[in-house]
Amino acid sequence: MAELLMGQSKKSLTRDTKSRVSLTGIHQFTGSEACVEGAFASGCRFFSGYPIKPALEIVERFLARAPELDATYVQMEDEISALAALLGAVWTGKKGLTATSGPGFSLMMEHVGLSVMLETPCVIVDVQRAGPSTGIPDAPGQGDMMQARWGSHGDYEIIALSPSSPQEMFDFTVKAFNLSERYRVPVAIMTDEFVAHLKDKVEIPSAEEIGLEPRRYFDGPQGDYLPFKRDEDMVPRMVDIGDNYRFHVTGLTHDDRGYPVMNEECQEYNVHSIVRKIRQYADRIVEFQEVQTDDADVILVTYGAPGRFSAGAIERARQEGIRAGGLKLVTVWPFPEKRVAELAGKVKAFVVPEMNYGQMVLEVQRCSYGDANVVFVPHGEEGVDSVDGWLVAMKRVLQEKDVKVGILEY
Amino acid sequence: MQNAEIKTKENMEEIHPLENLLRMDRIPHIWCPGCGIGLAVSAFAAAMEKANVDLSKVAIVSGIGCTGRVAGYVKLDSFHTTHGRPIAFATGIKLGNPDMKVVVFSGDGDLISIGGNHFIHAARRNVDMLVICVNNFIYAMTGGQVAPTTPLGAYATTSPFGCVETPFNIPYIADSSGAVYVARWTALHIRRLTNSMAEALNKRGFKCIEVIAPCAMYYSRINKLGDGLDMMRFYHDNSEVRNGEDTHNLDLAFQTKITVGKFVDRERPTYTDLYKKWLSELKDKNREG
Repeated sequence: MAELLMGQSKKSLTRDTKSRVSLTGIHQFTGSEACVEGAFASGCRFFSGYPIKPALEIVERFLARAPELDATYVQMEDEISALAALLGAVWTGKKGLTATSGPGFSLMMEHVGLSVMLETPCVIVDVQRAGPSTGIPDAPGQGDMMQARWGSHGDYEIIALSPSSPQEMFDFTVKAFNLSERYRVPVAIMTDEFVAHLKDKVEIPSAEEIGLEPRRYFDGPQGDYLPFKRDEDMVPRMVDIGDNYRFHVTGLTHDDRGYPVMNEECQEYNVHSIVRKIRQYADRIVEFQEVQTDDADVILVTYGAPGRFSAGAIERARQEGIRAGGLKLVTVWPFPEKRVAELAGKVKAFVVPEMNYGQMVLEVQRCSYGDANVVFVPHGEEGVDSVDGWLVAMKRVLQEKDVKVGILEY
Repeated sequence: MQNAEIKTKENMEEIHPLENLLRMDRIPHIWCPGCGIGLAVSAFAAAMEKANVDLSKVAIVSGIGCTGRVAGYVKLDSFHTTHGRPIAFATGIKLGNPDMKVVVFSGDGDLISIGGNHFIHAARRNVDMLVICVNNFIYAMTGGQVAPTTPLGAYATTSPFGCVETPFNIPYIADSSGAVYVARWTALHIRRLTNSMAEALNKRGFKCIEVIAPCAMYYSRINKLGDGLDMMRFYHDNSEVRNGEDTHNLDLAFQTKITVGKFVDRERPTYTDLYKKWLSELKDKNREG
């Protein structure tokens, strides 16, 4: 990524270093606490939100640390305005965080669209709970995975990460801010009640070790600023409100000046740009963790809370003579489609446990192009740590002689 | 006589007096002949000069609709956001950079219907911003539907038998929600409107100015009220200036008297004031203990 940082203004670099305060060392943190520390370490000093279970601990941690860090917090009247206010603050030069759960995530979709259209970086934490509608406010779920990708209207690309431990809550929050600034796109952290409330060892590196992506500022003369003129990598540059650029941006389809243009040509240009700037770098953005996939017959694909039990499940399977491997997603969006396609050619099957009724399994199936069986283990009722069902699925799918059409369920 | 110095129509350079405040590369604007929004924009531009504000420190936010297009024509840091949410977006700007003067310029449908919740809560929190609400009694951008301000009995495309909903009294909502400055003028009262905007620009807290404006294309046409000029004549004959009037008494009925004036002007700590105070108190407390 180093070559892409060249040409950044001094302004942006100094700003970020000055505003870092991280609690270097080893701590016992919940996922929520680790997430907030990740945000602070990234230079985030603004939070606007609306209270919702089970995302409250994130707000509480932010407020506990706000005085020493001069951080700004506002509790808005709903999640619609929470994300709108966040975007406004980001244009003043702040890095912004908000946290919510399913019902609030639904309301935020309006401004996920605006964030995409104004190419405004921000980080949204969705502490997923059991849905639909009000569901069970303090039970974990993974039912918003597709909503993160497709929830706002129109065509766009977004980045989403899915941590499965408090340590990853810290690491992925830093990663989320960096990706958000790098590509000027909203980044969702798709966690869940289990991981957010889980307390575990979290190691926070020193501030110097935490690599931060500076905001992509324009520092040319005032008259020359075009809000959506793109660098070679298709990402435009920002300025801050109040820096006398007197610029205009709109949620309408717009040209490089940020002026609305109501024709097909501009629609094509605008949407192509916001989609391509992510898609063409998908290989760089996509991250995953693999274990024992070399000789695997069956691969367990996990993300979020189930990811925490993946290693144990693979070990048990191996003890029982099943050659199992694991693919744990770091980025859920963009989805690691190339890697899944490669693995599909080598293995007999994928087993995908999710705390929902089948969401990311659809991606696994799409990307295996009929080369491997895809088995879904719905997981909602049994508790997140119940891996017995996963083992049954692994055993039974290996008895299948042919690749079946569609997703299997055991 | 030195003829060369005499300006004639041929050699005169035509410069709009508000050129440094408007995006001239976007003119002509989209508003219809007889519309009152342009008048409100001119008054606002004049008010910024009058109030002597640093133009690089003013941000303007609009929502969606005819008045929602204002942000696009004013040469400031300007944001054309989502329907009903400019106040929420502006709240983020103000809290993100408290040195900015923040103006929300939008319509009655945007601010009072879909954005009604944000309006009352920003007033309650007393977020330092000036909200200019152009009220043309109708959803004009979408073609003339009933708005939360359409007077009882008035016609709209979605009230072909006359509006059956009681309209909101905007100054009353602003007042009762805690706004520190509330005024109403019509698009005819340019001088008073300009003065009011200039005064509000230099006042801290949540300010709301309602601007009654003609929609010659839909509201007056559907209700057979003539063109924009006829509407202005109506404002001239039926407006009554009553500064300090109780906002209870400011309901607008169909084609009756319009009470205008400055109704509320008071002091209250803003969200930023209180938040900063709280933050520094906690900081001291943490240092001590």
